[in-house]
Amino acid sequence: MSEKLVDARDTYCPGPLMELITHMKKAEVGDVLELLSTDEGTVNDVPEWVDKIGHEMVSSEEADGVWHLKIRKMK
Amino acid sequence: MSNRISVICITGTREKLQMGAMVASVGAATGADVTVFLSMNALPYFVKDSTEVAPSEGEMGRVMDAEPGVPDYKELFQQAVELGDAKILPCPMVMDVLKLSKDDLMDEVGPVTGLTKFLSDAEGSQVFTF
Repeated sequence: MSEKLVDARDTYCPGPLMELITHMKKAEVGDVLELLSTDEGTVNDVPEWVDKIGHEMVSSEEADGVWHLKIRKMK
Repeated sequence: MSNRISVICITGTREKLQMGAMVASVGAATGADVTVFLSMNALPYFVKDSTEVAPSEGEMGRVMDAEPGVPDYKELFQQAVELGDAKILPCPMVMDVLKLSKDDLMDEVGPVTGLTKFLSDAEGSQVFTF
């Protein structure tokens, strides 16, 4: 299990979600991915996707206009 | 029952192709069964190795062209197929008129599917037309 950073800053919807999904496919169950996004829609879109697919939202924080979302791969 | 989404792309403009690509890619990535039907002026933009850029309808298209952060619609359609098993079906009528074969189109596009089959598959799904 490891932590990985997915830097999707300065891409627009649905760029951050697609970046996350691309990296999620390559990750292993139990890995935590931290997504960086400057797109405000990410804050709602990513948890919605995580919930539908069945992964786990670990945290969601904003600092200096950048959202940091941590997601654990569950399957 | 899984969610099924049908996206009909018939317009060859940046904005409409972008919106179709967004619905297809996000829908497919979220577990929906996505089918994209390409016809009319949209289909020529799926010719393999074509560098032709769809013209803007308005201000939004021009702004998007200048913004590197906007995902490319072709890449979004490819991601819909690669990440979410979407199907992108070219209309045989337009292919006949433009003298195109399946091999002339992007690898992600196919099989060539007529309206009868598409309408039958689309029955009961959410339908979006761009």
